[in-house]
Amino acid sequence: MPPEQIKAIPVRHYGRWVAGAAVVAILVLIGIAFSNAKINYGIIPDYVKDGTILSGAWHTLYISVLAMVLGLVLGVILAVMRMSSNPVTSTVAWFYVWLFRGTPVLVQLLLWYNISLVFPVLNLGFYKNDMNAVMTPFLAALLGLGLNEAAYMSEIVRAGIQSVDEGQTEASHALGMTRSQTLRRVVLPQAMRMIVPPTGNEYINMLKTSSLAYVVQFSELMKRATDISSTSLAVAEMFFVASIWYLMLTSVFSVGQYYLERHYARGSTRNLPPTPLQRLRKNLRMFGSFRRPEVAR
Amino acid sequence: MSNLTKGIAPSTSGHPMVRAEGVHKSFGLAHILKGIDLEVNPREVFCLIGPSGSGKSTFLRCINHLEKISAGRLYVDGDLVGYRQKGDKLYELKETEVAAQRRDIGMVFQRFNLFPHMTALENVMEAPVQVKREAKAVARERAQRLLDRVGLGDRTGHYPAQLSGGQQQRVAIARALAMEPKLMLFDEPTSALDPELVGEVLDVMRDLAEDGMTMVVVTHEMGFAREVGDSLVFMDDGVVVESGHPREVLTNPQHERTKSFLSKVL
Ligand SMILES: Nc1ncnc2c1ncn2[C@@H]1O[C@H](COP(=O)(O)OP(=O)(O)OP(=O)(O)O)[C@@H](O)[C@H]1O
Ligand SMILES: [Mg+2]
Repeated sequence: MPPEQIKAIPVRHYGRWVAGAAVVAILVLIGIAFSNAKINYGIIPDYVKDGTILSGAWHTLYISVLAMVLGLVLGVILAVMRMSSNPVTSTVAWFYVWLFRGTPVLVQLLLWYNISLVFPVLNLGFYKNDMNAVMTPFLAALLGLGLNEAAYMSEIVRAGIQSVDEGQTEASHALGMTRSQTLRRVVLPQAMRMIVPPTGNEYINMLKTSSLAYVVQFSELMKRATDISSTSLAVAEMFFVASIWYLMLTSVFSVGQYYLERHYARGSTRNLPPTPLQRLRKNLRMFGSFRRPEVAR
Repeated sequence: MSNLTKGIAPSTSGHPMVRAEGVHKSFGLAHILKGIDLEVNPREVFCLIGPSGSGKSTFLRCINHLEKISAGRLYVDGDLVGYRQKGDKLYELKETEVAAQRRDIGMVFQRFNLFPHMTALENVMEAPVQVKREAKAVARERAQRLLDRVGLGDRTGHYPAQLSGGQQQRVAIARALAMEPKLMLFDEPTSALDPELVGEVLDVMRDLAEDGMTMVVVTHEMGFAREVGDSLVFMDDGVVVESGHPREVLTNPQHERTKSFLSKVL
């Protein structure tokens, strides 16, 4: 005989009901305001699927990915340089971060785009060309966004590396591993646990900051949206279209980020918490066993 | 006979495995080691005891050049540690040369320092694959064998966080043995362990000693020193106060400092 189940009356949370009602009221008011505005909501779904917007979203996606990769690679290099025992190396890294973090990314984008004012000709010895021909909107956007990102990433990577226990480096050195092997095989993989979450935030920021690349004529999502709105006069509608795309991109990425963080949490806890999908499956299974108690063991 | 390692490279060269001549070490103004002279012979289990802060760990870390000595000479198997001597000038070894010297010296830490992002097997495979560029299959086979020998053949896929302290320390010993070292350094390998786990680690070390591994062991386990040790050194305040056979020193200490230390720990 199982013991008698407790049947108690749960505590009533009146505050939650009040707060819930207030939220609903505010949402209704905002909804009314938007529906009374002169916005043609009907055209939004079509524009979301519009070819021009689609290619803009694609450009946004790939410039932000490439700029982030550039920022990440350069950020790791800068972080290692910053922690170097060589004073020249560490000062160079410090100066880079000071310069690129201390100036607006908008200014940096415009500077790269107009770099021909300083270097009219690009001469690498084996390669010589007019700078204006080299500095395409794409390259200006990539350098402007990526080099700026590197300054932020280097600080994140540095904090991550410093969070790894010194005993790890010692154990690795004691086994005969060199500094670079130790960094690559022992320190960085552990630092990733600290690095991944803020890097995810950086990437979400990058997705949105890439909209600034319209100033260098790079045809990402925001430039496409404003181009359309200036001819079709559907200004607010196009803002909606762009926002929908930005939200979709950031949402998809957030899911990826969750799994990435899980991957790097490997070994840090005895048991990883189940993923939402695993949890769903388990709940469904439990639900099933409630209905057929004879199956449950 | 347990045969933990397949055969320890015998030092045929005839010189001591470790030889310290007037080794000094300072951290800034703090003078920690004040002239250490000692010799560790091949196949010997050499125990280091002494009060906290006396410089035992510091000396051990000098042997594999994790710390640079400030004065004196330190040799491992006849080679100067961390330097090359030409005439009367010393030249610092390059990073890769220091790393090469460390390959032959295994070290086991008080706090295990296993790589937490790798399984037990991966921890043991890491150095042979990365440092010796050994084929993965070969390294895996040896890692499996070493883990079997330390009694963890069924835990190869576990991450360190999933292992008890005693198990982690045994993995750490297997990891050091994977490089087939000629000398093993132990820095209080059991003092971070719960009392009931100390035995399993000491058993592994005893097997290793029986196999003829040269071992320098910093320890508070006087029982281990007495049973397994071949020589024992009592250090205090950066100097060797007394040395001899463990049973001699432990039962019949000559110096006041040794007596008062032993009266506290025994
Ligand atoms: N990197 C360092 N910088 C400055 N001082 C240090 C450093 N490492 C060790 N010391 C000092 O050297 C002294 C000896 O330390 P060491 O760790 O060698 O002692 P120990 O004999 O191993 O003690 P314990 O039994 O507590 O481990 C201590 O006073 C310690 O503070
Ligand atoms: Mg110590």
